[in-house]
Amino acid sequence: MRVMAQMAMVMNLDKCIGCHTCSVTCKQAWTNRAGTEYVWFNNVETRPGLGYPRGYENQEEWLGGWVAKNGRLSLRAGGRLKKLLTIFSNPKMPSIQDYYEPWTYDYETLLGAPAQENFPVARPYSLISGKPMNVSWSANWDDDLGGSLEHAAKDPMLKGIEDKVTFEFEQTFMFYLPRICEHCLNPSCAASCPSGAIYKRSEDGIVLVDQDRCRGWRMCVTGCPYKKVYFNHKTGKAEKCTFCYPRVEVGIPTVCSETCVGRLRYIGLVLYDADRVLEAASIEDDHALYEAQRSLFLDPNDPAVAAAAERDGIPGDWIEAAKRSPVRRLIQDYAVALPLHPEYRTMPMVWYIPPLSPVVDVIKDTGYDAEDKDNLFAAIETLRIPVEYLANLFTAGDVAPVNRVLKRLAAMRSYMRDINLGRDPRDEIPESVGMSGEAMYEMFRLLAIAKYEERYVIPTAHAEQAHALEELATDCPVSEYGGGQPEGILGEGSGRPTPVAAENLRMLQNRQRADSLENPLIGGGSKQGRVNLLNWDGIGMPEGLFPDRDAETSRETSGDRS
Amino acid sequence: MNTVLWVIYPYICLAIFVVGHFWRYKYDKFGWTTRSSQLYEDKLLRIGSPLFHFGMLGVIAGHVMGLLIPQSWTSAIGISPHTYHYIALIGGIPAGLATVAGLIILVYRRRRTGPVFSATTVNDKVMYLVLGIVILLGIWNTIAGSLLQFGGEYNYRDGVSPWFRSIFYFQPDAALMAGAPIGFQLHAFFAFLLFAMWPFTRLVHVFSAPIGYFTRPYIVYRSSDVRPGVGVGTHAPARGWDRPELQKKE
Ligand code: SF4
Ligand code: SF4
Repeated sequence: MRVMAQMAMVMNLDKCIGCHTCSVTCKQAWTNRAGTEYVWFNNVETRPGLGYPRGYENQEEWLGGWVAKNGRLSLRAGGRLKKLLTIFSNPKMPSIQDYYEPWTYDYETLLGAPAQENFPVARPYSLISGKPMNVSWSANWDDDLGGSLEHAAKDPMLKGIEDKVTFEFEQTFMFYLPRICEHCLNPSCAASCPSGAIYKRSEDGIVLVDQDRCRGWRMCVTGCPYKKVYFNHKTGKAEKCTFCYPRVEVGIPTVCSETCVGRLRYIGLVLYDADRVLEAASIEDDHALYEAQRSLFLDPNDPAVAAAAERDGIPGDWIEAAKRSPVRRLIQDYAVALPLHPEYRTMPMVWYIPPLSPVVDVIKDTGYDAEDKDNLFAAIETLRIPVEYLANLFTAGDVAPVNRVLKRLAAMRSYMRDINLGRDPRDEIPESVGMSGEAMYEMFRLLAIAKYEERYVIPTAHAEQAHALEELATDCPVSEYGGGQPEGILGEGSGRPTPVAAENLRMLQNRQRADSLENPLIGGGSKQGRVNLLNWDGIGMPEGLFPDRDAETSRETSGDRS
Repeated sequence: MNTVLWVIYPYICLAIFVVGHFWRYKYDKFGWTTRSSQLYEDKLLRIGSPLFHFGMLGVIAGHVMGLLIPQSWTSAIGISPHTYHYIALIGGIPAGLATVAGLIILVYRRRRTGPVFSATTVNDKVMYLVLGIVILLGIWNTIAGSLLQFGGEYNYRDGVSPWFRSIFYFQPDAALMAGAPIGFQLHAFFAFLLFAMWPFTRLVHVFSAPIGYFTRPYIVYRSSDVRPGVGVGTHAPARGWDRPELQKKE
């Protein structure tokens, strides 16, 4: 047994309102640069729908992830030899059109327009070619089932249940699926990288691209079945979600979690047995993969595990944090979180609590009591859609675990109604789904009340390692604009990068926990006129986002408003 | 003049080549990339790029064979200059043609695909020009000089090759090159110019051929603490004498 710690996330899909705040703040923090215009480390998809990039889940087409044959695991897109033979032109890489062609508007025409009878119009211009373009696709073009007959009907996950899903508006169902990099236990992106530039941090399992080692071979883009490695077309390097490591290292949650309106994201540690990852990923039966991955997770409350973890160099406070980890509780104790596409065999570590709301909605529409356990249970049993659809997403098509999870959520709903209405709690409800009343109440607290300290249990990185932490020791992709030359003679972004100061984030954390706001205006250091949300904590205004009031008034008084 | 062209100039170029790479690697690891444009366009690239690169590998192999292996060795194992010549042409011409075909496709693509063209820097353009000249002169020498034997027969293995080798054992012999046909002289001249430009262009990606992929495990684990080699990234690890030390004062 080799114990390793993994920073992981769980998202509670019932609460996602599809507001895209997470995507926007993530973009503002990490990918608001030239070369990454089309890149969304965090994106929110409406399901059923094609997703971003278009139809990425169809691995027959995109060849991402692993396949198991005769108990051996191999990359679907081909092994080492094939990779090197096709290195001069990646045979399977999504083109910019599969993501979308990024654009901006020609705002100058609006600002510079003289007084005239007709409104001036800002035309869209492509950020790739610089030419005027017709906007006809984007990262969430089919948001809220827009154009669903055309787009959602092509969702690869509808395979086998097409005939049962209808896209008549009154009868269909939908939910939102926010996605980030899965920080997999068995990452196929790393395995595909010829240069060995993508690595998994042994402390917290965050998967990162070493920007200095990446040579731009693009094999990782193909290798990742979730299409969560992106190619920066200006710097010629791969970039991916970083799990906001500079924030997590000092114990504050990722930007997407911090800003999530639905407060549906949970961050915490899980301990797992690294020696058995390969074995678990090689199990041939797709349906067994969910349980296989769960079997890797170790219980930190077990003294033997805690001792082994200590032996393997996991600090004591991390073991404590693993005990309190909301992620571990949701995956292991309550077993209501499921992995996204376990059949890709990368052992993803961002898990999801499937939404009960499509079922609740159906019952409500028929006029029955949607908080009654029996109604809900019956509906889960008989409504094959959306349960089969959810199973295609979360359990490789096995409906049994999805049924189990939905029943637990349904039971919680009825059980808590009694309590909230001041009736006697009926313990047979939790018992019918194999839980104790107490556990169900705890689960309710975690899911519904979802206090900040309960949602995020993030131990800080260790001070004795501080001199060598990523944040201090290598560059991070955003930082290059601080000191590098934007147009160096050796191409965009060449030259030395300047790291984001970890110092700032430490101060930020202190401030976040302080009682008073001394200076609410120092939100986060903006760099060269950019608004940087990476170190904004939601208190006060981020610097540079709004015009400076004083400057504004002084300009007004001096009458200089050119 | 001959000394300047065939002794001093090559040494300067090679010195720039070596020191330049060293400097670039230290100073600009982040800029060390293929700068692929596959994201913008991939139909032409899919044909052009492998043609060019595999052709180029063949051409490089041919140069290694022709320049580095002395004629006396091949004669010793019973290959007459004539036979050698045939072998070289049979291997060299297809490789050369593939390279040129690939180059033409790639240059066409670069010019005609809007986004690819706008991603092309001045640096790239100059490099493509010199690279193109070197390749075309090389092809000219092979076809016009060796195959059709314009301007009489010339055995470069008696002239160019010994000269090239002589550079590396520091007894440069300019006279060997002075007697070569103008086509070979120009080819060599531009090739050395290309060597001098090399470290400052995207050609550096040649030296990142990922051979280690065959031997490393699929999944790389790396601690943020332990850095293999002398400091991964742009920061060197702290020196032993830089460590903070507690100095107790009475
Ligand atoms: S989801 Fe993330 S860690 Fe997993 S394969 Fe894709 S990029 Fe790599
Ligand atoms: S911010 Fe939260 S609620 Fe809004 S789309 Fe993102 S995950 Fe959903």
